[in-house]
Amino acid sequence: MSSQNTVTPSDKALQARRRFLREMAGAAGGACMLALGVGMVGREASAKPAMAIRPPGALAEPDFLSACVRCGLCVRDCPYDTLKLSELGDNVAVGTPYFTARDIPCEMCEDIPCVKACPTGALDRELTDIGEARMGLAVLIDHETCLNFLGLRCDVCYRVCPVIDQAITLELVHNPRSDRHAMLLPTVHSDACTGCGKCEKSCVLPESAIRVLPHKLAQGQSAEHYRKGWAEKEKAGGSLIGEQEQLPMRGLEDREYGDTRVTPDYQPAKPGGLDSGWKP
Amino acid sequence: MNTAATTNNVATERSAKRSRASTQPGAEAVRVKGRLRANKWLLLRRISQFGILALFLVGPWFGWWIVKGNLSSSLTLGVLPLTDPYLLLQSFSAGQLPYQEALLGGGIVLAFYLLFGGRLFCSWVCPVNLVTDAAAWLRRRLNIKGGKTPSAYTRYWLLAFTLGASALTGSLAWEWVNPVSMLHRGLIFGFGLAWGVVLAVFLYDLLFASRGWCGHVCPVGAFYGLLGSGALIRVTADKRRACDDCMDCFNVCPEPQVIRPALKAVGQDHPLILDKDCTSCGRCIDVCGKDVFRLTTRFDRSES
Ligand code: SF4
Ligand code: SF4
Ligand code: SF4
Ligand code: SF4
Ligand code: SF4
Repeated sequence: MSSQNTVTPSDKALQARRRFLREMAGAAGGACMLALGVGMVGREASAKPAMAIRPPGALAEPDFLSACVRCGLCVRDCPYDTLKLSELGDNVAVGTPYFTARDIPCEMCEDIPCVKACPTGALDRELTDIGEARMGLAVLIDHETCLNFLGLRCDVCYRVCPVIDQAITLELVHNPRSDRHAMLLPTVHSDACTGCGKCEKSCVLPESAIRVLPHKLAQGQSAEHYRKGWAEKEKAGGSLIGEQEQLPMRGLEDREYGDTRVTPDYQPAKPGGLDSGWKP
Repeated sequence: MNTAATTNNVATERSAKRSRASTQPGAEAVRVKGRLRANKWLLLRRISQFGILALFLVGPWFGWWIVKGNLSSSLTLGVLPLTDPYLLLQSFSAGQLPYQEALLGGGIVLAFYLLFGGRLFCSWVCPVNLVTDAAAWLRRRLNIKGGKTPSAYTRYWLLAFTLGASALTGSLAWEWVNPVSMLHRGLIFGFGLAWGVVLAVFLYDLLFASRGWCGHVCPVGAFYGLLGSGALIRVTADKRRACDDCMDCFNVCPEPQVIRPALKAVGQDHPLILDKDCTSCGRCIDVCGKDVFRLTTRFDRSES
């Protein structure tokens, strides 16, 4: 600058411009940090698998988070008060709708009012058949306390399921403890379970042994290249490696190939064979 | 500088006036116009703010569903959709195209504020305004001075960065912390820790920055401000010749910098406040004992 004593208009303008730039830099920096912080929180939170069970028709979590405007119209139109808007401090993206099956499960309304109410498409109107909803997946999570796994007949979860015998079945299994009873194991099938949570709600235990989890937590994924021989065989309508030589098996000549089941008239070898009956 | 050096008396008189004004702006107006007329616009504004809140609340409280939803998106009487265009903008940048209802609702809101003035939202609708007004009032009462106020450009940067962050994170970035939607949603759907965010805004305005939140940080206000840059409704200082420099209007205005060009003819001849940051709250009209200000349209440049 020319001299300190005489402040020319151009100096003044320069100073003003400098101050302006400094302020701008400060403002930009501050705003940048704030927005970035917010963005990071958001990114981290959306990277974690949401524990929340979303309403029917909800888009995949990342899309859902960018489409839902947190208006709560879906919450208002749910006739069973199933849905809640998450509050700050809940473990769910703040302001977004979710439900806790153990408190109030989804009643699977036929007309799906929550989806109709959503103005943004965060709940997809392509979903017109509530049976196609995939809010989550029920998992029989605790084999140690489930009464049916203990060999009793509870079956409550099975019987309340709106998609009974498709979403959940009772699988008959030998009870090795009594050795003479059956266990009827509640078994969920991912192709039919809507994730409504009625099973979780109605489990008779103090803590439900069956729970609805987000698919990301409930399901594994088999690798692209895995093939199941039996599925491939069915698809091909026959064995993929041609007719096989069937060698006879001694003692099982009248059976189908590979059928080694023990028949009622089967008598184990008498003591003296491999099992000598010796006791210490 | 020059004036202060030459007329010392005037300066001291003025600063005395100013300090008086800073504790009780509008005292003269109350004397001249009466308590009611000196608070007319403030009362109307409070009626509007609480009225709108009540419309949202009579549903959940009494089951009279006039309006469902919240300020982010709502449905009035089952037919009128309204959606916050700033939220939609965040959604766009996160890569979503919402359904027609939301777009229509956003269009209606957009058209309204484009026409009448964006920051009408701030002073007549936004619930945080109640919080920051309370903080500003208490700050005047307790005579709290100082603090570090960020540049008024911060909000525009923040507005740009929230949209950038939305695009980057694929989420409505600002909605993770937005005190505006948090407060409104909290009042209607229940709070949680969101009280903390609202309290933080209150304390920030009270202790750290005078009118800091609304005037310098809030990107929602910045967005609506940009919308309203061509708006119809404006405040005019058409009787500015009557102004006696009591500074009351500067003291109550949440964006005092907008008054100077109109009142003091700095950089413009006409008495219209055209600055987009003016919230059209009408507080300056109330507190002026000389009735300098008036609400009018942007085409009315008359002066009396
Ligand atoms: S389907 Fe019915 S019960 Fe289930 S969330 Fe939607 S509105 Fe509520
Ligand atoms: S109605 Fe749609 S946008 Fe509104 S909270 Fe529910 S899912 Fe989100
Ligand atoms: S969540 Fe439970 S009750 Fe609902 S469909 Fe699945 S198995 Fe049935
Ligand atoms: S209701 Fe609970 S205890 Fe009973 S069978 Fe189902 S999971 Fe087991
Ligand atoms: S600046 Fe923001 S918080 Fe303040 S009144 Fe406007 S929208 Fe509300």
